[in-house]
Amino acid sequence: MDKIICVCGHENPAGTKLCGKCGRPLTEEAKQSKIVDMKYDGAAIRSKTRNKSIVDKIWNFFSSVKVGIALIIINLIAASIGTIFPQEFYISVSTEEEKAIYYEKTYGSLGKLYYELGLSDIYSSWWFQVLVGMLAISIIVASIDRGIPLHRSLKNQRVKRHESFMKRQRVISEGPITEGDSAKTLSLVEEKLKKLKYKVRREGNALLAERGRFARYGPYINHVGLIIFLTAVMLRLVPGFYVDESMWVREGEMRAVPGMEGYFIENEEFILELHDNEATENQELQGVNVVAKNYQTNVKLYKQAEDAIPGKADNLELVKEYSIKVNHPLQHEGYSFYQMDFRLNEIKTMNFELTNKATGESLGAVSVDLTNPQDEYVIDDQTKVELLGYYPDFSGFENGEPQTATPTPNNPAFIFKMTTPENPEGEVSFVAIQQTIEPNGDNEYKMAFNSVETRNMSGLTVHKDSSIPWLALGGAIFMIGVAIGSYWNHRRLWVEQLEDGTIRLAAHTNKNWFGMKKDLDAVTEYAHLPKYIDQSDDEKDDEDEEKEKEGDSTL
Amino acid sequence: MSLIDISGNLLFAAFIAYLVGTLLFGGAIKSSKPDGAVTRADKWGKLALIVTIIGFLAHIGYFITRWIYKGHAPVSNMFEFTTAFGMFIIAAFILIYYMYRLTALGLVALPVAILIIGYAAMFPNDVDPLVPSLQSYWLTIHVITAAMGQSILAISAVAGLLYLLKSINPKKKSKSRFWMEAVLYFGVLVVGFILATLIFKGFGYEADFTFIDTKDAEAKITYNMPAVFGMNDYTLLTDDVMEPLVEMPAVINAKKLTTVFWAFIFGTVIYLLVRLVARRRILDMLHPLVQKVNLNLLDEVGYRSVLIGFPVFTLGALVFAMIWAQEAWGRYWGWDPKEVWALITWLFYAAYLHLRLSKGWEGKKSAWLAVIGFAIILFNLIVVNLVIAGLHSYAA
Amino acid sequence: MDKKKKRSITRGVILVVLLAAIVYTVYTSATNDKVKVLQVGDKAPEFELVDLYESGLKHRLSDYEGKGIFLNFWGTWCEPCKKEMPAMSNQYAIYKDQGVEVLAINIAQTDFEVKKFIESLGVHFPVAIDGTKGVMTAYNVDLLPATILINPEGEVEKIITGEMNETQIASYMESIKPEQE
Repeated sequence: MDKIICVCGHENPAGTKLCGKCGRPLTEEAKQSKIVDMKYDGAAIRSKTRNKSIVDKIWNFFSSVKVGIALIIINLIAASIGTIFPQEFYISVSTEEEKAIYYEKTYGSLGKLYYELGLSDIYSSWWFQVLVGMLAISIIVASIDRGIPLHRSLKNQRVKRHESFMKRQRVISEGPITEGDSAKTLSLVEEKLKKLKYKVRREGNALLAERGRFARYGPYINHVGLIIFLTAVMLRLVPGFYVDESMWVREGEMRAVPGMEGYFIENEEFILELHDNEATENQELQGVNVVAKNYQTNVKLYKQAEDAIPGKADNLELVKEYSIKVNHPLQHEGYSFYQMDFRLNEIKTMNFELTNKATGESLGAVSVDLTNPQDEYVIDDQTKVELLGYYPDFSGFENGEPQTATPTPNNPAFIFKMTTPENPEGEVSFVAIQQTIEPNGDNEYKMAFNSVETRNMSGLTVHKDSSIPWLALGGAIFMIGVAIGSYWNHRRLWVEQLEDGTIRLAAHTNKNWFGMKKDLDAVTEYAHLPKYIDQSDDEKDDEDEEKEKEGDSTL
Repeated sequence: MSLIDISGNLLFAAFIAYLVGTLLFGGAIKSSKPDGAVTRADKWGKLALIVTIIGFLAHIGYFITRWIYKGHAPVSNMFEFTTAFGMFIIAAFILIYYMYRLTALGLVALPVAILIIGYAAMFPNDVDPLVPSLQSYWLTIHVITAAMGQSILAISAVAGLLYLLKSINPKKKSKSRFWMEAVLYFGVLVVGFILATLIFKGFGYEADFTFIDTKDAEAKITYNMPAVFGMNDYTLLTDDVMEPLVEMPAVINAKKLTTVFWAFIFGTVIYLLVRLVARRRILDMLHPLVQKVNLNLLDEVGYRSVLIGFPVFTLGALVFAMIWAQEAWGRYWGWDPKEVWALITWLFYAAYLHLRLSKGWEGKKSAWLAVIGFAIILFNLIVVNLVIAGLHSYAA
Repeated sequence: MDKKKKRSITRGVILVVLLAAIVYTVYTSATNDKVKVLQVGDKAPEFELVDLYESGLKHRLSDYEGKGIFLNFWGTWCEPCKKEMPAMSNQYAIYKDQGVEVLAINIAQTDFEVKKFIESLGVHFPVAIDGTKGVMTAYNVDLLPATILINPEGEVEKIITGEMNETQIASYMESIKPEQE
C-alpha cells in the first residue's frame, strides 16, 4: 500500500488518520467526523495497512481488539463451566471407573454427561489451555501492533497543529481573550500550566502543554506483566521446576520424602488443640461440634549425609526441627512442607492381661507394640505368651487362615499361644476386637484386652515451585502497569495565537475529562482565555440515539 | 455493656442512619437546582451527606469494636464479610461524592448498602472461633482489599443504574425497559428474603427433620421456614408443622431451596402489591425522580469507578489471594469455585475496560455492563459461598 | 529486502514461536504424569536395603551389575502377592545359576509380620523391608503387586503390575538373564 503524502509535505504510512506532522485529517472518515479518534494519536495501526499473505491474515486476526474481547469472554465462560459440578481434583476417588460412577451417582445423568465430555477436568484439558494460549497471542500481537506506532507518534509529535486538527478535538475554544494584553497571553498560559506540572513547548505562536505521557504506556506494561505471568505458569511443566507430593507420617515414624531425594521426615508429635466454646449458630448449621484452634506437626527433617540412595536410612544428619502449622510451612532449599490433614487415634500398642478364665486372676501383662511385635513375651520361666500371628486389619478367614485387608491397624487380630504352669504345652487362642476363637476347644486362660495406646498421623504435602519468582515478577509488573494506566492520565493542551490576537485552543486527555476540565478552568481564568466547549455534550442525552464510536476493528 | 453488644448497637445505628439518608437524598434530587459537578448540593443534599457520614462512622465503630473483641479482622464468616462489604460501599460512595459532588448517587448507593446489610443480618452473627487456616495476617489483607475493590466496582453499577433509570423511557416498550424492571424486581426479592426470614423467626418457627445425606449417612436438620421442599428420604420429627410438598435428591439442600422459594413468594407478592397500588412499574415511579442528573457525568463516574476499582480488586482478590494460598496450602491457584469466579469477575471487568476504551462502548451499553459486573460479584458472594461447596465455602 | 517483506517475516517468526510455545505447553501438560513416572528404558534407580535375616547384609543395585534383577514389591495383605510367591521361589531356584537375582521388597511392615509370612509360605529368595518407603517412591510403585525387571545393563526392561503365573515368571526371568559366554 502506498504512503499518504499530506498537504504539509509529510509522508505518512498508509492507514494514518491524522498527519503525523501537522495533524490534518487524512482519511474521509476523519475529515467528516466532528471529533476525531485520538486513541492512537491518529497513527496507523499496522494491521490495517496490509492484508496480503496468510501470515498477515493470521496476524490481523489476533491483532483485533474485537477478537481479543471475544477471547476474554470465551475464556470466562469456559472457566465458569468448571464450577457447575466439583472438579475431579476435589472429589475423593482416584480411578477413572470410580470417577465415572461418582458423577453419575451424585449428580444424575447431567453429572454423567459432565464427566464424559471431560468437563470434570476442564482446566487441564488441551482445549482450555489452547484458549488461554490464544488469549496470550492476542495480547502480544495487539500490543506490538499498537504500541510501536503509538510510541513513535508520541515521541515525534509537533507543537503546531493544523486548524482542522484543532477544531476536531473534543474540547475546543476559539475567540478573543476576555481581558488584558493579548501579547502576554501565551506566557500567562505557559506560567499557569507549568504550575500545574505540565511540560510546555513553544514554537512561534503555538504552544503544546503535556502532562503524564507515561500513562499511555500503562496498558502495554501490564500486558508485558501478564505474558511473563503466563510464561511462568508454563515453566511449571519444565522438569525439575515443580514438585507436588503428599505423604502420611505417623507419630514416631520416619519416612522418605517423595520428590526430594535423600531427605527424610520424622514425625515427633502431632498436636491438635480445640476451641472450647459453646457451639455457635454457624457451627450448628454446618454440623460441626468442635472447631480446631490449632493443629501442628513437630517434625525433624533429616538428610542422608553422603550419597543419598533410596532405601538407605542410616548415617542421617539432622537438618532442621520445626513445627509445621497451617500458614507456616517448613521451608528448606526451595522445598516447602505444608500441614494439610491428619488422622487421629490409630492403635499403636495393645495391652493384654493373661487371665485365668475361671478365677479372673491375671498372671501378668503383655504389651504388644504393633510397630514391632515380638515372637514371644516371657512373664516368668513357666509363663510366656508366644505370638503366632498378627493381622493388622483382620478381614475374615480363608481356608482357616486369618486374612488382613491392609497393613493399617484398623482391626488388629492375634494368634496367641499361652504357656502357663497349668498348661505347659500351651493353649492357642485367636483374639480380635470383640471376638475370641479357641480352635482347640475351651482354654483355661485367655488374653484379656486391657487398654490401648494410640498415635496420630499427619498428612503433609511437599511442594517445590521454581516458577514462583517469575510469577511474582509478572504480577508486580502487571500491577504497576495497570496502576499507571488507571491512576494517571495523559493530558495535552494545544494553544495557538492567531494574527489578530485571538486564541485557538484544543485539549485532549485519554481519560478523566472531568479532571482535564478542572485544569482548563484554571488556565482559562488565569490567562483570560475564551470559554471552551465540549463538543460531545449534545450527544449523550437522548437515550435511543447512541452511536457506537468508531473502533479500530479490522474484521 | 460488653464490647460485642456495643458493636451490634453501632451497626444498628448505622443501618437506621442509612435509611434516613436515603429519604434525604430523595428529597435532594427532587430539588429544582440542576445536579452536576459544579453546583453544590442544596440543603437536603448536605443534610443527607452528613447523616450518611454519621452512619458510616457508626459502621466503622461496629467494625473496630468487633475487631478488638475477636482479636482479628471481623471478615471471617458470611455475616461479617457482607456487612463489611456494605460498609466499604458507603465508603466508596463518600469518596466518589467528594470527587464529583454527584448527590444523585446517594439515592442508589444507600439502598444498595441497606439491602446488603439487611441480607447479611439474616445470617448468624455469633462470634465463631477461628480455624487454623484463617489464623494469618493475610486474612486481614486479602479480604479487606478484595472487599474494597469490589465496593468501588459496585459504585460503577450504582452509577449505571442511575444512568439507566434516567435514560430508559418507561412509556416505550423495549428490551431495556424489561430488564431494568427485572433488576428492580430482584431488589424487591432481596427485601422479600429479609421479610420472610424475619417473620418466620418472629414466630419462632422450627421444624426438625432427619434425612439421608450424600454419603448415605443419617443427618439432622432444622428448618426455620415452612418446609416446601423436603430433604432426601426425610422423616419429620416435629408435630403440627407443614409437611414437605416435594422431596429432593441428596445433592440438593432442600432447606436452602425452601428459603429461596419463600423469598420468591414474599418478594413477588410485595412487587405485585406495589404494581397494583401504584398502577405503574417501579421504573415508572423512579424515572421522574432522576431527571435532573447529568448523563455525561454519570457515565464518567461509572467508568472512573471501574478504573479506580479494577487495580484494587486485582490486588486484593487475585494477587494477595494467591500469595496467601501459596503460604497456607502450597498452591497459589487451585481452580476452586471461589477462585474461578474471582477470575471471571476480573476477566469481565477487563472486557469492560477494553470495550469502553477500544470499542467506544459508552453510555447505556457501559451502564448495563456495570450492572452485569455487579451481578457477577453478587453471584460470587451468594451462590458460590452458599450453594457451591469448596475450600472457600462458608457453607458446609 | 523491502520493509514490507521484512515485516511479514518478523510477524511470521513471532507467530511460529508463540504457536510452538502453546504446542509445547499442551503436549508437556498431557504427558507430564508419564514423564515423572519410571518407564521402560530408564536407568534403574540405585537403592540400598538391609536384608531381612542378616542385618549386616546390604542389598545394593550396584552389587548386581551384570546380572538380571527381578524386583518384586509386596505386602502381607496383598492376596495376589501371596499367590505368586511360590512360583517366584521355584523359578528363582532355576534361574539363580543363570545370573538372575530376586529381591522381594516389603512395603514398610513389621519384621514380625514379614518373617511369619515368608516362613509360612516356605519360599526361598532374598527379602528386605523398605522401612521409609524410599525405594517404593523412587520406583513409583503404586498398586501391589508390582514387579520391575532390570536387565544386566541396569535399565528397566519391563514393569508388571498384577499377579503373575509361573509361566510368565519363567519367561520374565529368561528375558533378563545375562548373555551366556
